[in-house]
Amino acid sequence: MQTEARTRRPVPAPVRIIALAAAYSAGLIVLLAVTFAMLRIPVPMALKQLWVGAVGSADEGHLYAISSTLVEMAPLMLAALSVCIAWRAGLFSIGAQGQILMGALAATATARIASAAPIPAPLITFMMLVTGVAAGAAWGALAGLMRVKRGVQEVISTIMLNYTALHIVSWLVLGPLRARGAYRTESDSLPDGILFARLIPSAWSDHIQTSLHAGVLLALFVCPLVYIYMFRTSAGFQLRVLGANDEAARTAHYPADRLKISAMALSGGVAALGGVIQLLGSATGSLSAASFSGNTGFTAIPAALLGGLHPAGAFVTSLFFAGLTQGCRNLEQNTGVSSVVIYVVQAAAVLAVVGIRAFRQRSETEAS
Amino acid sequence: MSILSAAIEGSITMAAPLLLASIGELVVQRSGVVNVGLEGLILTGALAAVLGTLNTHNPLIGVVCAAIAAGAVALLFALFAVRLAANQVVVGVVINLLTLGLTGTVSRAVFGAQSTFVSVEALPHLFANQTILTPLALTMVPAAWWLLNRTRSGLMIRAAGEQPAAADSSGISVLNLRTVAVLFGGVMAGIAGACLSVGDVPTFQEGMSAGRGFIALAIVTAGRWSAPGCLAAALVFGISEELEIQGQAMGLHIPHDILLAVPYVITLIILLSGSHSSKAPAALGIPYVKR
Repeated sequence: MQTEARTRRPVPAPVRIIALAAAYSAGLIVLLAVTFAMLRIPVPMALKQLWVGAVGSADEGHLYAISSTLVEMAPLMLAALSVCIAWRAGLFSIGAQGQILMGALAATATARIASAAPIPAPLITFMMLVTGVAAGAAWGALAGLMRVKRGVQEVISTIMLNYTALHIVSWLVLGPLRARGAYRTESDSLPDGILFARLIPSAWSDHIQTSLHAGVLLALFVCPLVYIYMFRTSAGFQLRVLGANDEAARTAHYPADRLKISAMALSGGVAALGGVIQLLGSATGSLSAASFSGNTGFTAIPAALLGGLHPAGAFVTSLFFAGLTQGCRNLEQNTGVSSVVIYVVQAAAVLAVVGIRAFRQRSETEAS
Repeated sequence: MSILSAAIEGSITMAAPLLLASIGELVVQRSGVVNVGLEGLILTGALAAVLGTLNTHNPLIGVVCAAIAAGAVALLFALFAVRLAANQVVVGVVINLLTLGLTGTVSRAVFGAQSTFVSVEALPHLFANQTILTPLALTMVPAAWWLLNRTRSGLMIRAAGEQPAAADSSGISVLNLRTVAVLFGGVMAGIAGACLSVGDVPTFQEGMSAGRGFIALAIVTAGRWSAPGCLAAALVFGISEELEIQGQAMGLHIPHDILLAVPYVITLIILLSGSHSSKAPAALGIPYVKR
C-alpha cells in the first residue's frame, strides 16, 4: 500500500477537488432519487421541483432563486467552517447553534444601545458585526475553558450552552430587547441603513426584490481566510496536529490548552458571524427566538463532514445544501411533501461516506 | 396544598419521559458509548406510538411499537458507531437529522399538514394524571442501579466503558455488549417518546421531542453517571418545566425563559464543580477497535 501510494503521480489539487465534487454530486443525486422513491414521492417531478427551487426556471427567471440559495448558504457555510476549525482540533463541538444565537443577540443589543446615540448607520453595522463575533467567540471559548480546566466533554457542554443561549435569547427578545410600540414578540426592526445592502437592482429581475445582500460577500471572503489560517499558518498547523494526534502535539510541546481554547473561540466567532449576517441580511433585521432556532448549527456538521472538514469542501457542500433547502421549500409549496425530507438525504449522505470510510479503514487494518 | 400537590404531580409527569430516556442513556454511556441521537430516538418513539395506536386502537401496542421502532434506529446507530467504529458524535447528530426528516415526512404523508388534528386513544390514567409509564420510569431507577452495580452483566457493561481492552481480553465481547446497551437505550428512549405522545397528548407534531433528548443527555451527566443521580436531575428538570407552566397559569411575571434555562446552568455548574469529571466512564466516546 505504502509504496504504491508513493510511486503514484500526485493529482493536482483542483482536479482532485473537481473530481471529488463530481463524485459527491452524483452520489447525492442518486441518494435523492432513492430517498424520494422510498418515500413514494414521484422522483422526476421531485427532482425538477428541487432544481427550480434552487436555481429558478426559464419562465420565472433565475436571479430570485439563485439569490435566495446564496443567502441561505452564507450562515450555513460559516457554521460549517466553524465546525471545521473545532473538529480539526479534535474538539467535537456541536455548539454552532448557540453561538449563532449569541452572535445575533449581541448584535441586536448593540443596535438597540447604539441607535440611541448619534452614530452613523454603517458604523452601527460594523459594531454589530464586531460584538456579535465577540459574543460567539466568548460562548465558544467557555466550552473550551471547561474542557481544558475541568475536562468537561465539549459535546455535553455545548449542548447545555446551546439551550442556555436559546432561553437567554427568548427571554431578552420578549423582555428588555422587545420591539417598542406595537405588540410584537421580537426585537426592533432595524432601519435600512443598518441592514446589508441588496446587491441586485430590482430592475434586473422584473422588479421583484431579490434577497442577495452584501453579507454573502463577507461570508465568501471569510472562507479563504479560514483556509489560510488552518493550512498556511503555524497556529493552524499546530491545531491540526493536536486534533490528529495529541500525543505528537504533547511531544512537540505545543501549548495544547491554549490551542483548544482558541480553536473553540475562533469556531464560535465564525459561527456567530453567520448569525449576525443572517440578521443583517433579513428583511427587517428583527431577532426572534423562533426564527433563529432553526437547524443551521446542526446541518452544518454534515456539511462540514461531507466537505472533508476543509474550507473549500465546506463551501461546496453548504452551497449544495442551501440549494437543496430552497429546492425542498419549493417542493413543499407545490406538492405538500414536507421540506424536512432534506434531512433524510443529508443524513443518508453522511452515513454513506462514514460507512465507506470506516469500512475501508477496517479492511486496511485487517490486510496489514 | 392543592396547588402544591398539583405542582408535584406535574413535575413527575414532566420528569417521567426524561427519566426513561436518561436511564437508557445511562446504561449506554456506562458501556462507553455516547448516543447524541437520543433526541431522534425519542421523536421516533413518539411517532411510532401514535401510528401503532392509530392502527390497533390500543395505546399499549403503541408503546410496544415505539420501543421497537426506536430500538431499530438505535441498532442503525450501533452499526455505525459501534461495529464500524465511526465517530459517535457524528453518527448521533446524523441520527437526529435522519429521524427529524423521516418522522416529518411520514407524519405529513399519513396525517397531512395538520397532524395535531388527528388524535388517537391515550394511555389510561392509573392514578391522578399518571399513566402506567410513570411507575415504569420510577422502577427503572432501582432496576438500573441493581443491574449496573449488583449483577455480572452490569460489571461487564462497566468494564466495557472503563477498560474495554481489559474487558476484551477477559473474554467479554465489547462490541456485542455495547450493541446491546445501545439497543436498550433505544428501547427506553422509544418508550419515553410514547410517554410524550400516547402518554400525554395523543397526537404527533413535527419535532415534538423539543430537545428532551438533549435534556436527558444533560441529566446523565448532571446525575454523575448513577441511576439515583439521574432521578434527582430528572426531577430538577421536571420541576423547572412545571414551574414554568404553573407560573404562567397563576399569572406570575417571572420571565419563564429564565426558569427554563436554570437546569442547563445547574448542569454546567455541576460539571464544573466535579474534579475533572472523574465519574465519567474512562472510555466514554472512544470507539473500540479490536487490535
